[in-house]
Amino acid sequence: MNNRIPGLTIGAILVMTTFSVAQAEDGYDVPADWPAPMVEHNTGMVLFDRLEYSMPDKGEQAIVWDLQAWYGGDINRVYLKSEGENVQADGEDAEFESLELRYSRLIADFWELQGGVGYQGGVFSDDHEERTYGVMGLQGTMPWLIEVDGALQVSDEGDIALSLEGEYDLRVTQRLYLQPRTEISVAGSEVEEFGVGKGLNSVKVGARLRYEITRRFAPYIGAWWEKQYGDTADFSRATGDATEDTGVVAGVRLMF
Amino acid sequence: MATSSITPPSVSRRQLLKGGMALGTAAALAPAWATAWGQSSGPGGEHGNIYANGIEEGPEVSLAIRRESIPIDGQPARPISINGSSPGPLVRLREGQDAVLRVTNLLDEPTSIHWHGLILPAEMDGVPGLSFAGIAPGETFTYRFPVRQNGTYWYHSHSGLQEQLGHAGPLIIDAAEPEPFSYDREHVLLLTDWTFESPMTVFRNLKIAEGYYNHQERTVADFFADVRDKGFAATAEMRSMWARMRMSSRDIADVTGSTYTYLINGHSPGDNWTALFKAGEKVRLRVINGSAMSYFDVRIPGLTMTVVAADGQPVQPVPVDEFRIGVAETYDVLVTPDSDLAYTIFAETMDRSGYALATLAPRQGMRGQIPERRRIADRGMEAMGAHDMDGMDHSGMDGMDHSGMDGMDHSGMDGMDHSGMDGMDHSSMSGMDHGAMGGMAAEREVVNTNGMLAAGQAQPGSRYDQAGIGIDPGERRVLVYRDLMALTPWPDRRAPGRELELHLTGNMERYMWSFDGRKFSEVTGPIHFAKDERLRLILINDTMMEHPIHLHGMWMELENGHGELIPRKHTLNVKPGERVSALITADAEGSWAFHCHLLYHMEAGMFRVVQVA
Repeated sequence: MNNRIPGLTIGAILVMTTFSVAQAEDGYDVPADWPAPMVEHNTGMVLFDRLEYSMPDKGEQAIVWDLQAWYGGDINRVYLKSEGENVQADGEDAEFESLELRYSRLIADFWELQGGVGYQGGVFSDDHEERTYGVMGLQGTMPWLIEVDGALQVSDEGDIALSLEGEYDLRVTQRLYLQPRTEISVAGSEVEEFGVGKGLNSVKVGARLRYEITRRFAPYIGAWWEKQYGDTADFSRATGDATEDTGVVAGVRLMF
Repeated sequence: MATSSITPPSVSRRQLLKGGMALGTAAALAPAWATAWGQSSGPGGEHGNIYANGIEEGPEVSLAIRRESIPIDGQPARPISINGSSPGPLVRLREGQDAVLRVTNLLDEPTSIHWHGLILPAEMDGVPGLSFAGIAPGETFTYRFPVRQNGTYWYHSHSGLQEQLGHAGPLIIDAAEPEPFSYDREHVLLLTDWTFESPMTVFRNLKIAEGYYNHQERTVADFFADVRDKGFAATAEMRSMWARMRMSSRDIADVTGSTYTYLINGHSPGDNWTALFKAGEKVRLRVINGSAMSYFDVRIPGLTMTVVAADGQPVQPVPVDEFRIGVAETYDVLVTPDSDLAYTIFAETMDRSGYALATLAPRQGMRGQIPERRRIADRGMEAMGAHDMDGMDHSGMDGMDHSGMDGMDHSGMDGMDHSGMDGMDHSSMSGMDHGAMGGMAAEREVVNTNGMLAAGQAQPGSRYDQAGIGIDPGERRVLVYRDLMALTPWPDRRAPGRELELHLTGNMERYMWSFDGRKFSEVTGPIHFAKDERLRLILINDTMMEHPIHLHGMWMELENGHGELIPRKHTLNVKPGERVSALITADAEGSWAFHCHLLYHMEAGMFRVVQVA
């Protein structure tokens, strides 16, 4: 595996860490062995935003996950993010579309700037093509309460890809949420082994209806539509895959 | 450094444990001071023997802190107990005494007791890391201080989140001189909020998911109901404003009845704790909000309550039907139930997600009617009303970035106008384009010659004539801060020599709370008060939540417009968008805590040290 990490990402991480939090300097006289009157604790969580069984109209059925976990304080956090799927009945092991370790810093009330490294490839096997990449991300909440997660990836071969996800929770009742969701992928260069063409790759739009039995456990059902564009669509046609598909999902949102 | 020393327990731990267990079984599950007959006393009256076990009478008191199994609302729970009950016993002192309070820690972690509202030497204030080192497991700390005041107060842990576990109790100081009012009987009503979750879990939930405990958010149905009531344009404007700010107008309480059981004297509404009276008696109710996070609206349908003291200090009597009590505040009210009836003492939380309930009755086993519950209210423009645009830019009004402000154009204001914002006419609305929110900027010109308001005058931007969110002033007489007037002027009548402005700030999404945009972990050094100076503290709430701000060691004289008859308090409720000021005589040397008394706000950083030197 090639571990050439783009300088861009390292640079960005360094820039972000230089803003590290100044430690409190107690300007009042107390004996050194007394505890601080207030102690700050780190926190962490694991969120499976999506853990679902996807049943496409044309493509193969698959188990899909969209996971993010973080640990840290209010300003600085470490994220582990992953999206991936295990296509059923293809005889292959599960695949990380992304497995990323990111450093995250709160740069505005609703925005985190993130930078890190990522891996794409098989989970436990060599069933899938592999690559590593550096990633810069901006995650947060837009006015109108739209949650967005944008990422710029630069692979070990210098290929650039951009992805943007947005979702919104419409509260139907106190426990029932309708969540429209969209994903847009764009690539700066063609990477044939990953089926990536140059330019707009794909647009995916979906909606999920989620019932929060508790905040931590919320099963849902949903539907999606996806369309590929340009060379990306051509690659799919060449392998006999559909370039436009719809599907339904059933899954659960989990928070620990 | 503390003059008092940490001494080994005077009784062995085993003895204490045995004592605690004996108490636990004898007094069963409730604090003994919560005995139904209360205290038949009053000035010159006899202390009822029936009550003696329930009180720890001063001047010398021993308190043992333990974690033990005590059912709450009929369910197994493990609160922190004090002398075997949770909340703890009534500590009763007398003005003029030299109090000696021995606190023994039988927990497996450090603890402390802070005597809330008491004027005492800094090293006796009970804040670990400021007043003393805290009380290590197995150790006893002896608090010694002269009792120089009287009234209704309380005590609680100042260590971590222990207060949420019931580590609190009432503290009453009997007056040396006759009080300015009389009564035949008294009852303590200590309001608390109990959760069966661990306090750390609650805190974590607040950190990991905004609105975790809020199950009264706006839904699609509310939108259509508003369209029906106010029209589409006004509704859309209001909703879009909140959406652009990325905030919830239903964010009234961070922790709600979805996890809390609200208690009076340790008892849930189902327990129906009953305070007894004989018809025609004048009953003094000493109401203490000892909860971690909950504001309550207290009323007794059928009875007028006459407020006679606020935060332990006497005020000119105010007859009301209801009063809002912020976290850590106390109010003393007199009621005269003259019928042989059961009256419901109803303490509804500010966010309407639940209530605490007790019964005032001539006999046990009676119940009054439970009043109809009110619905949660939406916050409106007043939540951001008291500051001008400059204030927003500089103070970093969280969640209000420039794009959001741009959205507040004239057309948006029209929408507001229709939604019934009284007192906001069009002329002041148009002022918003140029930076003045509401009509506040104009009012600010009311100053005296040295550029400051005269002492006691209400700050522009204060809303002392409003009880706050969810209260309909037309419905019944509700106490407001404007009603509070001291009986006589307090000794220090100097004008303030300077003003100190502090913004109450926060980031709801991250659950970060702070003063002037910086959490306690981010500030360097304390706030300095010069010894014996007279200063004005101005608190400007840039957040969309109420904050009960508590200063240790010194009174805050609330400048609510009554000139010399300025009321003094230990805890000031500052409503969203409000500008509140208090005069302080910095006569208490040492390091003092100054913080929001919402427990998880304090834990999240809304804490400062005030050093008087």
